[in-house]
Amino acid sequence: MLDGTPAGNARGWLRELAQSLGAIVLALLAGAALLAAAGYSVRDAYWSLYQGAFGNVYSIADTLLNAIPLLFTGLAVALAFRGGLFNIGTEGQMYAAALATALTALALPGWPPLLLITASLLAGAAAGAAWGFVPGFLRARTGAHEVITTIMLNYVAILLTTHLVKTRFKAPGPVDQTALIPAAARLPELVPATRLTWAIVVAVALIALVDWVLRKSSWGMDLELVGQNPSAAAYAGVPVAARTALTMAASGAIAGLAGSTLVLGVLHRFITHFSPGYGFTGIAVALAARARPWGVVPAALLFGALQAGGLSMQLFARIPADLITVIQGLVILFVAAPGLAALFRRRARGPVPVLPREGTR
Amino acid sequence: MTDAWEVIFHINTLTAALRLATPIALAALAGTLSERAGVINLGLEGKLLAGAWAAVYATYLTGAPWVGVLAAVAAGMLVGALLGLFAVGLRANHVVAGVGLNILLLGLTTWLMQVVWDSRGTSPTVAALPRWTIPGLRDVPLLGDLLGSHSPLVYFTLLAAPLLWVVLFKTPVGLRVRMIGEHPEAADTLGIPVHRLQYLSLLAAGGLAALGGAQLALGDLAWFSQNMSAGRGYMALAANVFGQWNPLGSLLASLLFALTDAMQMRIQTLPNPWPTELVQMLPYLLTIAVLSGAVRRSRPPAALGRHYPPEPGAGAP
Repeated sequence: MLDGTPAGNARGWLRELAQSLGAIVLALLAGAALLAAAGYSVRDAYWSLYQGAFGNVYSIADTLLNAIPLLFTGLAVALAFRGGLFNIGTEGQMYAAALATALTALALPGWPPLLLITASLLAGAAAGAAWGFVPGFLRARTGAHEVITTIMLNYVAILLTTHLVKTRFKAPGPVDQTALIPAAARLPELVPATRLTWAIVVAVALIALVDWVLRKSSWGMDLELVGQNPSAAAYAGVPVAARTALTMAASGAIAGLAGSTLVLGVLHRFITHFSPGYGFTGIAVALAARARPWGVVPAALLFGALQAGGLSMQLFARIPADLITVIQGLVILFVAAPGLAALFRRRARGPVPVLPREGTR
Repeated sequence: MTDAWEVIFHINTLTAALRLATPIALAALAGTLSERAGVINLGLEGKLLAGAWAAVYATYLTGAPWVGVLAAVAAGMLVGALLGLFAVGLRANHVVAGVGLNILLLGLTTWLMQVVWDSRGTSPTVAALPRWTIPGLRDVPLLGDLLGSHSPLVYFTLLAAPLLWVVLFKTPVGLRVRMIGEHPEAADTLGIPVHRLQYLSLLAAGGLAALGGAQLALGDLAWFSQNMSAGRGYMALAANVFGQWNPLGSLLASLLFALTDAMQMRIQTLPNPWPTELVQMLPYLLTIAVLSGAVRRSRPPAALGRHYPPEPGAGAP
């Protein structure tokens, strides 16, 4: 998708991999330049980053734990990209879903675990889908650009969930959060004594499903046709407006599960302002994955590692962890710039990106 | 209830709206200028943040807010040049490049705030911009309350909008800029340097938007706080669409958005305020509503978001 035509052959695939790796290396180099300019030791910074991400068994578990929400948000942004849409509202979709999940889990005490977990996840996915459907519908019906509407809905979701928790669902105490969900609603651990739960299995299953839908189903083919050439899609009889709204709803549902699995697996309650920006990181993940479902796995692991390492960098090298956000922004810029790769190849060849649908608003 | 409405629709609300509209309007003007030149400018949010941070940092170092304003312009032009480098020079998708820049600058300003001041929330308080009082105007009833005493950047905005309108629609330079946004091939045939004018438009737009950041930090307040733009850059782009890519329309639309912002602030001062979070949602909901209502009737520049020369193999859109 990032290269106009899905690169089916091995060479195209390798070229995309090289471009993503190149973008990441360039972003890390730019981060190093920034560190040096601010008077920090680049060696200490990146060493503590590496230690925090892969140094021992605990840091690897931390990396994995940070990667799980990114599997969902990265897949959500990637799916929207394939449909020619730019979903930067995954943060809001996560908040809507997380609250719906927590309230469902609290409302159905006494349900058996499997049913309760399924119901809570479905409630979250539905809330995320609703939060994604609105900008998709508006885009299809009125042409309002989804980038602006999804950003606005992020603020609305964070404010609305805070309001609801404060006024209706607050547990006693100083923090604006709900009560703890019952034990039956908590996702079982995959690795004992860690916070690595079955969420990771849910994520990988979803990735396989989205990959299958995009490659094999007529729904997926329609979606990509709409993404690449809406007027041709309309000419071929694809209901473009309905596909646009549905793609955003599906993307919202997937992003929502990032919030739902955090509630059921890690936080065990809804806490206002709980996300450290998993939604925005999902954009960098999706771009580094070149909008390919299976590419989301290594990309989420990488950005999960950066997030885990960033905290250790802050703790041990006394360098603010927000440097990681800078690196994410740089990766997005570098992956999105075909001219950059062309500079390295000396000559631009092949199709150039058309992502997402341009020029209309 | 009537008391509540009196508070909300007081002249002070309008005055506050004018003050709050300034950052959005300056960013919207920047959006209008760059989009008339054919470049989608989603990086406005980042330019507001860059301008606000640079303004506070330079004022912190020198004690002079006017130096802060100059620093903001320089920072904004730098970000504008970066957007040009990626969106024009390296042919990145304009939307992706803009969002990437916003994330980069959200991270960078938050990071630098901790590096310099060791605080992730707010910077120390610095000297704010002076308030100018217009001598004769101050004493006129109502109009004096509304326009009599403001930050210099408020007056600058009220002048910049008509000025940009004149430049875009009444001068040869403006005609060339608009031609690039409508039909770059034709402009090129006439010998107009397409890329150079796009870069220049982005530089000027960067400076304009960053002035909005300076107003946010030094006109309204006297410090920088994390993500202080809070979506205003995106609202500005919506204002530009609602204003039909016309500087005067952008200014009016920004005033509309700021009015809800001013109202929500007044509502919170009521003896029985409505729930804070619900009232704070108003500007965001209004932006969605206005954008959804406006786009259908709007006609963006024909070549908006396209690269020039076109991609090989890409048909005319």
